[in-house]
Amino acid sequence: MSPTNIFAPASTPAQSIFGLSIFVILTVSAIFIFVFALLAYAVVKFRNRHGDDRTEPVQVYGSTQVELAWTVIPALIVIALSLATARVIASVQDAARPPSALEVIVTGHQYWWEYRYPKFNIVTANELHVPVSDPAHPTPTFLTLLSADTDHSFWVPRLAGKTDLIPNHPNSMWIDPHEPGLFLGQCAQYCGTQHAKMLLRVYVQPREEFERWVQEQQKLPHGAAPDAALSAGRRVFESTACINCHTVSGTLANGRFGPDLTHLMSRETIASGAAPNTHQMLRLWIQNPDAIKPGSKMPAMGLSDQDLDRVTAYLETLR
Amino acid sequence: MSTNTIALSELPVPRPITLRLHEWVTTVDHKRLGILYILYALTFLIVGGIEATIMRLQLIRPHNDLVSPQFFNQMFTMHGTTMIFFAAMPLVFGFANYLVPLMIGARDMAFPRLNAFSFWMTALGGLLLYFSFLGGDGLYGGGGAPDVGWFAYAPLTAKTFSVGHSTDYWTLSLLSSGIGSIGTAINIIATILCMRCPGMTLGKMPLLAWLNLTMAGLVILAVSPLTAAQLMLLVDRYLGGHFFDTQAGGSAVIWMHFFWIFGHPEVYVLVIPAFAFASEIIPVFSRKAIFGYPVMVLATVAIGFISMSVWAHHMFTVGMTSGANTFFVLSTMAISVPTGIKIFNWLATMWGGKIRFATPMLFCVGFLFQFLIGGLTGVTLAVAPFDWQLGNSYYLVAHFHYVIVGAILFAAFAAFYYWFPKVSGKMYNEALGKLFFWLFFIGFHLTFDFMHIPGLLGMPRRIYTYEPGRGWDIWNLIVTIGVVFQAAAILVFAANLIWSYFRGKAAGNDPWDAWTLEWSTGSPPPAYNYAVIPTVRSRRPLWDLKHPEDPDWRYE
Amino acid sequence: MSTLSVSLNNGNVDWRLPSRGRVGMYCLIGAEAAIFTIFVVAYLFYIGKSISGPKPQDVLHAPVFYTVCLLASSLTVHIAVCKLVAGKMAAFARFWLLTIVLGGTFLYGTAREWVHLIFHDGLTVSTNLFGTTYYSLVGLHAFHVTMGLLALVIVALFYFAARLRREHAERLEVLSMYWHFVDAVWVVVFIVVYVVGV
Repeated sequence: MSPTNIFAPASTPAQSIFGLSIFVILTVSAIFIFVFALLAYAVVKFRNRHGDDRTEPVQVYGSTQVELAWTVIPALIVIALSLATARVIASVQDAARPPSALEVIVTGHQYWWEYRYPKFNIVTANELHVPVSDPAHPTPTFLTLLSADTDHSFWVPRLAGKTDLIPNHPNSMWIDPHEPGLFLGQCAQYCGTQHAKMLLRVYVQPREEFERWVQEQQKLPHGAAPDAALSAGRRVFESTACINCHTVSGTLANGRFGPDLTHLMSRETIASGAAPNTHQMLRLWIQNPDAIKPGSKMPAMGLSDQDLDRVTAYLETLR
Repeated sequence: MSTNTIALSELPVPRPITLRLHEWVTTVDHKRLGILYILYALTFLIVGGIEATIMRLQLIRPHNDLVSPQFFNQMFTMHGTTMIFFAAMPLVFGFANYLVPLMIGARDMAFPRLNAFSFWMTALGGLLLYFSFLGGDGLYGGGGAPDVGWFAYAPLTAKTFSVGHSTDYWTLSLLSSGIGSIGTAINIIATILCMRCPGMTLGKMPLLAWLNLTMAGLVILAVSPLTAAQLMLLVDRYLGGHFFDTQAGGSAVIWMHFFWIFGHPEVYVLVIPAFAFASEIIPVFSRKAIFGYPVMVLATVAIGFISMSVWAHHMFTVGMTSGANTFFVLSTMAISVPTGIKIFNWLATMWGGKIRFATPMLFCVGFLFQFLIGGLTGVTLAVAPFDWQLGNSYYLVAHFHYVIVGAILFAAFAAFYYWFPKVSGKMYNEALGKLFFWLFFIGFHLTFDFMHIPGLLGMPRRIYTYEPGRGWDIWNLIVTIGVVFQAAAILVFAANLIWSYFRGKAAGNDPWDAWTLEWSTGSPPPAYNYAVIPTVRSRRPLWDLKHPEDPDWRYE
Repeated sequence: MSTLSVSLNNGNVDWRLPSRGRVGMYCLIGAEAAIFTIFVVAYLFYIGKSISGPKPQDVLHAPVFYTVCLLASSLTVHIAVCKLVAGKMAAFARFWLLTIVLGGTFLYGTAREWVHLIFHDGLTVSTNLFGTTYYSLVGLHAFHVTMGLLALVIVALFYFAARLRREHAERLEVLSMYWHFVDAVWVVVFIVVYVVGV
């Protein structure tokens, strides 16, 4: 089964949309069957038969009754659909934010996602962790959507409809996933060359697991071991342009153009889902990003093989 | 009844090719300009089709590397821009140009020189857009074709994010063709209001004239906002303006509003002429008058008006208030009522008739079937929360191609085959016509029926590749296979065109036994259209002549 | 090549349709009105949203005199056409030239205002949102005034070349409709920029 199927909702907004969509699909299907039947009948019954006399059929110019009927009935259908729609719009868009809600500030970048949890004072990128929400005692996550550059759109079909991230136009959406698991999606508003690989991964975790994740994110990274090779890698990182774009808490790297790398190794993927977070891929990404995501904003750093190994080793200590 | 004048085209001495080309380039005759528009449109239809084929080949499997992301992004931008502005619009204007004066009993359009000017401005637009491949020198060295999507959302079009001149070629080409469009619209309105033949009141003119009148009104009201937005974009990019500069407090959303205030009526500009073709062709091949002429007029005008109030249904995901979203749901739903009325009226025209399934009628039945489906998927998209899932996905792409290809292009092919005998004087090859229809029908449905599914499974649009394991692979493969049939169909179409032009048998004035004025004059019509300006008394003047015992004017 | 002559009422129809020039000009005015509407909407939307730089209330002074000139020119062009209809060529020329002078004065006033704004107040199209929307809207209007003036001047040249006749009155009336439109737009722009936005 597709992990991005809109008909497999796992959260209330997606569920509300799903319920409405069934009503709408049934309605339009009924209309289609009715009108198609008329068309098929007309095409068969009123075709010109060979050997027919060449007289013209009876000319009918109109019929007020019939025309009234097929104005009024569609109008009624339209009213019914509109009312049902208005209800769901209100229930999703104007839902009150409960005090138990978790807030995450999502900032879209070309071509990665920045996540800030103000309550916990943590910053991460590309893989969003949220707690499961019990339908009996909901603990939804409210996302504030911002953009650092062009327009983006946050779309994880099984959790909610998409909402755009537009610079100078903050938006808000919410999810309350009912089951734990990994939910996939991707950016849904063309934002530039690598729009296609601005993937979304939402990890929905049971409450204890989520809290453990938060605590890990709040710690400063390991990698303080006084191993010569490691500090060589850190030296490479801190003396090249890496620190201009990336942040590693507790060090002098505090750039914000690229993803926060403080807990890089707690993520399963890199480059916003474009590659798995393995030694080989990490090294390749630093060596030649275009091999994985051509047109991304990460430049090829032009490091020697030895420096590459050192920097990769250093990054692999950022758990 | 014969005339004593000899049309210029009857001169026995063949004239040199340079003189003939010169005549075509300097013509102000609405019929020649109509043909120029249509040939121009068919050329760009093929170019746009090639761009689509490249995209479909790239998407045939996940993680394909046939083309680079940069090139793919140029392809979807050029495909959309080309098809809307340099295939569909010129097609619509070409038919309007050729048919409107003939069908209202006039000798030409109201402003023949403006007509020529408008065509060449449109042609210049297409030239500018494609010159961008050579000029423009985009950042990635792949040539400078625009890559910002056909609706060019801000701030992607700002100088910061769109380095080089590729976006400027997009802007300038649309400015040029926009001027051409507005000029043609002025011409159509003035022609219809001021040059109808005696007796042809507004209530007696063919539906094609009413529908083109509505379309022209929409062009005037809708293309102008696009022109304004383009000027603002140029101010931003070249004079340091801040209309859409979010860093300076400007709004990206206001570009969306301005664009879609154009963009939505634009699709009605394209579909209303398709309605016109159906409204002329279905009656003739069903052998019955159109059912409910007055309501068809009212419904069309209503569609025109309402279409100006629905634009933000393209913006449901942008973060408007629930009130605003609900308003646009209502207005969008409302437009489906007059649209549905028209479908029922066409069905009622066929009902009780004696339907002949020549190629034009096959395409009209295809139009009806596909417009029904495309309209209904439009209704599903009007449900804003459903649009929050389906918007910007392949379901949306399937919907609008269903209407633009399945309805508009099918109706255009119906029109092409119906009026080809009038324009060329020759009958087309009916077997090839039917083959073309079936090949295109199969290809269309393979591609666009199955295209809905990846959208329902979460596939967004405008992506040069996609991840395996999301369930999208098989559907993308089927969609691409449909292209093969459509391409084959177009080859058959071209073959038929060429064959018929040289070897088609003479069509005569009125091969279809039809009822509107253009069938009373020669095929092709002489340069002056009518030796004597006709006087009419009903909506079907030739029916009255052929059935003097039972004329239409007794019933109207 | 024969044609079937369609004549179903013995041609006894009293048939009068509107003039092409008039309808065409109304359509052009409709299109231009739509363009101006978008610029006006942008201006209204961005009122008060500039992040920095000069504000309208600080630098704008309502150009009342020049507005009166422009609005008066609508009156003079109307009178000019009436004189032409009546065949009074000299009177026509006087009022037509007066229209040109009044329109030219208006443009001069705009130029003066802009010189002051740019060099004295430091407001350009790139300064802030106010600058962008102001120069775009007023500039678009001034461009239309210029085009109209050009057309008026061409007509004046025809007059001086003794090519203008009474029969041309309808065409000049159509041209004057464009001029009236340009003035009407100025009324809207004036209210939006110098009254509402300040």
